Amino acid sequence: MATTPRPSTQRLWPRRGSLGGVAAVVGTLVILVVLWEGYKVLGKAAGGLVPFTEMRLRPPPDDRSMPHVWDIVSAMFEPARRRGEPLFTVLGSAALFTLREAFAGFVVGGLGGFGLGVWFVRSRLAERALLPYVVASQTVPILAIAPMVVIWGGRAGLPQWTAVAIIAAYLTFYPVTINTLRGLRSPAATATELMRSYAATDRQRLWKLQVPAALPYIFTALKISAAASVVGAIVGELPTGASDGLGRALLSYSQQFTAAPERLYATVVFCGLAGITFVAAVSLLERRLVNPGARQRIEAEAPGLMVAGAQA
Amino acid sequence: MTTATTAAVGAVGLGKVFEGTGRQRIEALQDIDLAIAPGEFVSLIGPSGCGKSTLLRLIGDLITPSSGSLVVNGKTPHQARLDRDYGMVFQQATLLEWRSVRRNVELPLELIELSKAERAARAEAMLDLVDLAEFADHQPWQLSGGMQQRVAIARALAFDPALLLMDEPFGALDEMTRERMQQEVLRIWSRTGKTVVFVTHSIPEAVFLSSRVMVMSARPGRISQVIEVGLGARRDDDTREDQRFYEAITEVREALRHRQGAVGGEPVREATS
Repeated sequence: MATTPRPSTQRLWPRRGSLGGVAAVVGTLVILVVLWEGYKVLGKAAGGLVPFTEMRLRPPPDDRSMPHVWDIVSAMFEPARRRGEPLFTVLGSAALFTLREAFAGFVVGGLGGFGLGVWFVRSRLAERALLPYVVASQTVPILAIAPMVVIWGGRAGLPQWTAVAIIAAYLTFYPVTINTLRGLRSPAATATELMRSYAATDRQRLWKLQVPAALPYIFTALKISAAASVVGAIVGELPTGASDGLGRALLSYSQQFTAAPERLYATVVFCGLAGITFVAAVSLLERRLVNPGARQRIEAEAPGLMVAGAQA
Repeated sequence: MTTATTAAVGAVGLGKVFEGTGRQRIEALQDIDLAIAPGEFVSLIGPSGCGKSTLLRLIGDLITPSSGSLVVNGKTPHQARLDRDYGMVFQQATLLEWRSVRRNVELPLELIELSKAERAARAEAMLDLVDLAEFADHQPWQLSGGMQQRVAIARALAFDPALLLMDEPFGALDEMTRERMQQEVLRIWSRTGKTVVFVTHSIPEAVFLSSRVMVMSARPGRISQVIEVGLGARRDDDTREDQRFYEAITEVREALRHRQGAVGGEPVREATS
């Protein structure tokens, strides 16, 4: 070759600038706090009205509707009950409880979603017959389904957390199915012909070509699903009368809202943290398993597809 | 003379019709007779749409004929494919981006469940053959287009197939790289003794590489003329300035032009596409 580059010892895959990433995330947090407190200050100065009108500001800028950020933070270190544990340990263990349910649902939903995707790609008939129902399933509000799952689960004698996990799985499988299907179909026609020329079996083609090619797509879906499974678990806890979990905490602190609004806000923060933690864990796994070259190619093909969780 | 039955590739009255939707019906190939001897290097050349890729894909059992018979190494193309008689190289290298160069070459060997040690040895030998042994642990995207195509050739040879089918393998490369790759293919051909069927747009490429050039015409695709290239087995850069090289190029060009006058097909570009 005329221009043969020498084999280099440089790092194959450049690492992301993690310091800049952290600074950006912290900066955004600072801006949000400033906006929150700024709204309160300016709102109060305007007498709780939209300037030059008689309309009340919504939400009202008073401390009962919008507690100061420092009050929310300090509430986390105060006991949640009289002489009880501080709020953050209560919420932390509630978050762990919910994450366990979400994880169980995520695993079931993820495997189920992948299985459906594989099935659809191998059988046009199955795809035609079932895909519309898969799509339709996501238009039914989770709140409509949750009570039924809980009742059936209770009658079947299943522990309560399994009902919540099923609801989380219900929200998880859909993006995985769609992206698995898309990813399994992503190899170039010549790659498929190549496998044919090797007389590869269907199974070999699936595992050596289609699944590796689908991995970046599947992980994109898994990041969406990770967040969705946490939402599903929290929502699933609401009608189940769960004894623990973030859903339970949301219910009880919303009842205390007038007396102690900081607690509800603190719970909301923990809900967000639980979701971010889960998505970040999936992102870490993705970095280990997915070739960055492939990720970049797909990102170039469909900008925004990989955005979910990309910063985590 | 090679007959259709002893040939590496033998076709009699071979035809291919693509049934489109509605009334669309494309007769891609009609009445192809050919006999390619074992160890021969044959090029298929012709205007776009003359069916040269279709013919290659029929030989490789990627598609099935509509009429006529086709025999590869005394077997049906289907059996030949199951016996792993084919190594294929396309215009795009089609390396799997999640595998290193070495593991790309090992891919076909994994499918026949060769042991790890055997795979490694075989991949090493193939990468050595295409002069890329030191790049074994690189990722595909770190290689230039020409190098990627050499990896594709190494991968195609991994099975030690009897036939190498190449579909415009250098069509996406620049002229300089292209000439070096042609040299490379000839070297590999003389070392391995494979039968090679090579589809190209380029007259000089076809002449430089082949023992015979099959000139095709379009609509319906047929082999209009077969030209023996009398350049001998040893070919190098000097060959490109040989008088006989120019004569063969002229002969192929006239064969292409002759058919065009008769059929009114599109012009054939001489060098790269």
